[in-house]
Amino acid sequence: MEIPESVKKRLTLPAEEHFYAGHTACQGCGASLGLRYVLKAYGKKTIVTIPACCSTIIAGAWPYSTLDANLFHTAFETTGAVISGIEAALKALGYKVKGEDGVMVVGWAGDGGTADIGLQALSGFLERGHDAVYIMYDNEAYMNTGIQRSGSTPYGAWTTNTPGGKKHFLEKRHKKKVIDIVIAHEIPYAATASDAYPEDFIRKLKKAQNTPGPSFIQLFAPCPTGWRSPTDKSIEIARLAVQTAYFPLFEYENGKYKINMPSTKKEPKPIEEFLKYQGRFKYMTKEDIQILQEWVNHEWERLQKLAEVFG
Amino acid sequence: MAESPFKADIERVGKEYSEKMTPGAIATIPGSSVINKTGSWRVFMPEFNRDKCVRCYLCYIYCPEPAIYLDEENFPVFDYDYCKGCGICANECPTDAIIMVRESK
Repeated sequence: MEIPESVKKRLTLPAEEHFYAGHTACQGCGASLGLRYVLKAYGKKTIVTIPACCSTIIAGAWPYSTLDANLFHTAFETTGAVISGIEAALKALGYKVKGEDGVMVVGWAGDGGTADIGLQALSGFLERGHDAVYIMYDNEAYMNTGIQRSGSTPYGAWTTNTPGGKKHFLEKRHKKKVIDIVIAHEIPYAATASDAYPEDFIRKLKKAQNTPGPSFIQLFAPCPTGWRSPTDKSIEIARLAVQTAYFPLFEYENGKYKINMPSTKKEPKPIEEFLKYQGRFKYMTKEDIQILQEWVNHEWERLQKLAEVFG
Repeated sequence: MAESPFKADIERVGKEYSEKMTPGAIATIPGSSVINKTGSWRVFMPEFNRDKCVRCYLCYIYCPEPAIYLDEENFPVFDYDYCKGCGICANECPTDAIIMVRESK
């Protein structure tokens, strides 16, 4: 499509669009927005691997396709294995993978397909050192099958597995830190990103493109359907998640931590700011909110200390 | 007023798509989801006030479809064939140039 030159000069993002409308995502879906940014950063010369998740149907029911790039649907737990295989096959055929003009191999999996069932394949992919990018979009539950809890669901959240009710049966385990598991493999580049900071996300994607070896990015993607939030507040919730230090943005590059957001010089906002728009947190008591706030404080302090020691 | 960027794609898909099953069930036409006009989903629609717009592009950046594109004068144009009425553009606009109004059909 025609993009005027004056527009290209003033935009802070790449202007080309390789993600087409007409897809069947919910209104205000954070995952479809994330996939749009990935294709803006990488363009047509991309092979995207999508396991069973919400994005399977967002990327198009057969025979239609939403992406202007190559797409490979695969089984639920196999994203890490499939991108390893595609990257090895491209190299055996003599193509250039990653780098300036190389083919980009991207695994786009949800939090269920990464933190829970996909962890073995991810670990193998990171350990063998393939030149591909694994992006986990985190909507904090198994949304495609009807909002079941995953390892990435935070404390106190309502899901269909943790429905609250008279016995107050909410999620009792804290959010699994997949980014720490990935950093333990000591890969060249790992980062967290958020839908509300797209320029930062695209900068991290480009950095992953130019860093040889495996890369991992965890993207915070709000889901209005599963989180019971208004559809127009998706980006605001993603921004508040970063500003309350619930989901801080940081990078791990060659053994050094670097915190991007929120600023370490002032106190982050209280966690109630993040909880206020989401219906899934309305069953929490004051004690539950206190427990969640203590977890957020503990993790934020730990990250700041890591950035000081390994900065 | 610029033309919708998806119009040419809809014509192309109409010409190239056929009912025949392909080997391995490969979908051969990229971007063919444009024939599904999701504009029929919405209840609220964005109403744009060009005088208040300061061309910050936040609506264009944050639209999940994307159903907003930019014309030659750098103002946003709303593609009502695909807009699902989620309201993110109205919520993010810093000058309230976009208001969600109930659509009357």
